[in-house]
Amino acid sequence: MLFELNEVSLTRGERRVLDSVSATIPVGATAIVGPSGAGKSTLLRLLNRLADPDSGTVSHRDRPLASYDPLALRRQVSLVPQLPALLEGTVESNLDYAAELAGKRVDTERCLRLAGLDSEFAGRDVARLSVGEQQRAMLARALAQEPAVLLLDEPTSALDPAARDAIEATLAELRRELEISVVLVSHDPEQARRLADWVVRVEDGRAIAAGPLGQVLG
Amino acid sequence: MTTSIHLSPGQVAASLTLVALAAAISFWQKADLERDIGIATVRSFVQLTAIGYAIKLIFEADTLWLVFGLLAVMVVFGALTARSRAKKVAGAFWPLLIALAIAGATTLGLVVALGVFEPTARYLVPVGGMVIGNAMTASAVALNRLGDEMADSRARIEATLALGATAKEAAAPTVRRALRSGMITLVDSTKTTGLIFFPGTMVGMLLAGANPTDAVRLQLILLYALLGSVAIAALVATGLAYRNFFTSAQQLRDLD
Repeated sequence: MLFELNEVSLTRGERRVLDSVSATIPVGATAIVGPSGAGKSTLLRLLNRLADPDSGTVSHRDRPLASYDPLALRRQVSLVPQLPALLEGTVESNLDYAAELAGKRVDTERCLRLAGLDSEFAGRDVARLSVGEQQRAMLARALAQEPAVLLLDEPTSALDPAARDAIEATLAELRRELEISVVLVSHDPEQARRLADWVVRVEDGRAIAAGPLGQVLG
Repeated sequence: MTTSIHLSPGQVAASLTLVALAAAISFWQKADLERDIGIATVRSFVQLTAIGYAIKLIFEADTLWLVFGLLAVMVVFGALTARSRAKKVAGAFWPLLIALAIAGATTLGLVVALGVFEPTARYLVPVGGMVIGNAMTASAVALNRLGDEMADSRARIEATLALGATAKEAAAPTVRRALRSGMITLVDSTKTTGLIFFPGTMVGMLLAGANPTDAVRLQLILLYALLGSVAIAALVATGLAYRNFFTSAQQLRDLD
């Protein structure tokens, strides 16, 4: 299994964000679906140790996540957050930074192309990009690390339908071309149908179903 | 530098006329500051008189242990005062205490080692007070800014952590901006000194009848020493305090 969650709970302040969540996530494309505030993003953040559970265990390729060095793990399991948050500078400097952290040589043009951006974007100041372009630059930056797994938190929530379709096409293309696993958080079951072949449904901090797309979403 | 000035209580009392003028302006313009002006006047009189007697005793005893004791008290009170201005930084007291102690010790140690001042109470107490006071202001401003910036840049910092950056790397732009804001006030005022304002030490020496050249030289020494101490204090305070925003697993802590 790519990831396995066993009785995972997490509390923030007074709120129990995740409550005894058990689920498996296989290699391939998985969508974590559920309404807003269900705990989807928190669950995603557990997968590359941006947060740790209060109780329960998360395993990655049959090894407890707690035994991974968080920095090395994050360079293999890249998370692209819901809202773009690039570093000041150009698109290229962001890609260089990410690649350097992962000890990789970056092919800027290829990463931009995979994320659906022209090579002319490399020299652009990130402050002058639209939200959709920033989101793509975030994706390109994650790809610069050549990760084995991409974690995407609502990658199209800030976009209009045309930009959403373009990002979805990019993600489908990515899977075909790079054969990397993708775990995607979405509040939209239709998006899960379009992009995933495995679904984890979360409601009120609990995983109420996990399995193949057809079985969970019908 | 052997100049001295003797002022009678009557002369101090006469200066209260200006306090009365300030209170009258406040009353006339309904600024509602008369009570605060009264409290400020009484507190300044009591506090300065007390510290004056304390310094007189320390000068007469002329033992370095008493000097170090007084400076240590200043460092502790400085850290407590600065902490109250850096409310958004959890556990700010220790970084501030260490910052002020290092800034004070390094600056005083250097000016003594370089032969600028003699290691006696007469020099160490007033210079130490200025150094620690300025270091306190700079580190308080820096940590206040750090708290605001960490909250504002939370998404960017976590996105950088998500790439596998360390907490230090992810917080670096934020820490840099905080350090800069701690230092910039003194840097700017040093640029304009002599043009827009006369610093206190020089004014005091001129009033006490010192040679203007001596007054300027002493003021320059103090300004340069303060620049160093402010930089050290802001660097140490921000360099230690940013860690309190992260866990040992390089995760951002939740804000309360």
